[in-house]
Amino acid sequence: MQLESMYQEIILDHYRHPHHRGLRDPFDAEVHHVNPVCGDEVTLRVVLKTVPSGDKGAGQPVVEDVSYDSLGCSISQASASVLADLVIGKPVDEAMRINQAFLELMQSRGSIEPDEDVLEDAVAFAGVSKYPARVKCALLGWMAWKDATARALEAASSLNAASSLNAASSLNGAAHD
Amino acid sequence: MTFDPEVVRKDFPILSRTVRNGAPLVYLDSGATSQKPRQVLDAVRDAYELHNAAAHRGTHLLGEEATDLYEGARTKVAAFIGASSPDEVVFVKNATEAINLVAYSMSNSSALGGPDRFRVLPGDEILITELEHHANLVPWQQLCERTGATLRWLGVTPDGRIDLSDLDSKITGRTKLVAIAHQSNVTGAVVDLAPVVAAAHAKGALVLADAAQSVPHQPVDVAALGVDFLVFSGHKMLGPYGVGVLYGRSELLAEMPPFLTGGSMIEVVRMEGTTFLPPPQRFEPGVPFIAEAAGLGAAVDYLSALGMANVAAHEELLTAAALDALGSIDGVRIVGPVTTEARGGAVSFEVEDVHPHDVGQVLDELGIAVRTGHHCAWPLHRAFGVQASTRASFYVYNTLAEVEALAEGIRHAQRFFN
Repeated sequence: MQLESMYQEIILDHYRHPHHRGLRDPFDAEVHHVNPVCGDEVTLRVVLKTVPSGDKGAGQPVVEDVSYDSLGCSISQASASVLADLVIGKPVDEAMRINQAFLELMQSRGSIEPDEDVLEDAVAFAGVSKYPARVKCALLGWMAWKDATARALEAASSLNAASSLNAASSLNGAAHD
Repeated sequence: MTFDPEVVRKDFPILSRTVRNGAPLVYLDSGATSQKPRQVLDAVRDAYELHNAAAHRGTHLLGEEATDLYEGARTKVAAFIGASSPDEVVFVKNATEAINLVAYSMSNSSALGGPDRFRVLPGDEILITELEHHANLVPWQQLCERTGATLRWLGVTPDGRIDLSDLDSKITGRTKLVAIAHQSNVTGAVVDLAPVVAAAHAKGALVLADAAQSVPHQPVDVAALGVDFLVFSGHKMLGPYGVGVLYGRSELLAEMPPFLTGGSMIEVVRMEGTTFLPPPQRFEPGVPFIAEAAGLGAAVDYLSALGMANVAAHEELLTAAALDALGSIDGVRIVGPVTTEARGGAVSFEVEDVHPHDVGQVLDELGIAVRTGHHCAWPLHRAFGVQASTRASFYVYNTLAEVEALAEGIRHAQRFFN
């Protein structure tokens, strides 16, 4: 049996005990993504903040929180949990690079040796990449995060254009009341 | 003849291959597409190797042979479903295209001032059911959007059948057409079409039966059913891809405007306008696909030799065994009728706390091919409050041992994930 190569303990752990799960308020952007093949779905929210002036990387957006609610298989559920673990607290640029590395891993059909320093628990999904039918499951949460983050950045930049952004504040609308 | 699946299996080359981990293939996904016997593959190959030419054109011998192959297949199909004439059989790509053909012919009628019974105007109604495959749902939704008609639908009962209890109120004087699945691709439920046809015809509405899941699996006689249209796909009934059938009553096809237009279907073409051939050619533009049609003809021959009553009886045996074996596993719920009464061989189920994708993955590791997801029937799953399900579907080459392997595989998935 090669089931264990797909369903690594790390994946099953995240599936049984997902991290950062549940939808939280406030948020900067929310998306709803669906896998049309199986009907699996995820609703995902992101909160970004900007690094205060004076700190390293001042003005750069950082992922403050990712919250989600999902219906789906073990792979899609575990993947969303691992994603949230990996990107929360990271600068958006770095989180996007991690996202790209994960995308490349999932599209590799098992030909890439994943970099554990970059992908951490997400390396466990290398086995899934050998099963093309399941790649979409693994990517569902990641693509939702990318989409939500892009929307949050877009909203922030249009907000920025309208009024100068308080660098220390959260980007979410509630903080600007 | 006595029906022996072990003899049947010898005709299917693919069943002797191995799959993951060197396991023998247990193919339980015939509801999606069936495997093809050597007889069908040979017919397709012979068409290309021996008779390939453009049918219905040219004066050469090959053209004649190609035409004979194509029209011969039409004659076989017509006899197989009890059509009164081969002209009632239109070759299309698949059941999906057949349904779109009728839907677009109706909107073309509406746009071009065609015959009344095909014209769909604002306020008119199309009646479908919540149990439909997307192929018999989306084209009607779209027709309503194009014409301003209203889409209505019959619901489903808790055991996965079409709820006919409010049929009389759902079919009104404005209903132009009732489109209904003869046999569900998810629950396996077979509907009694007689009351539907009677109610529809009483109100002047047409009836289209989606028989993609019934024609391959049970004797179907269009005259006995009394339907106006009936559609099915070749690839689900041992035939090749790319060929399906629209059956339509002669007098209806004769009045219907074409859907796809072009060569082969015309009578006279002038720069100012075109007249069309009578059916079925009116609905078959382009060079006829003789190899696919010949393959379908061979599939019909194959099924006829087995006997459709034998096919249905064999599937009933397998379905009874599956309902019994799966029904006795704790945490497994059948989505659909739990007895074989008025039921075909698609057995969908949920495994408590194990997502269908994960069930399917474990089964795949054991060499067992099933369908997972919503099986192109999303509204039906929603009606059941089920996000997705796993489906095993049976055909002539499946055995009781394979049903047992399925049950054992499900237990294995439960152990793995719980």
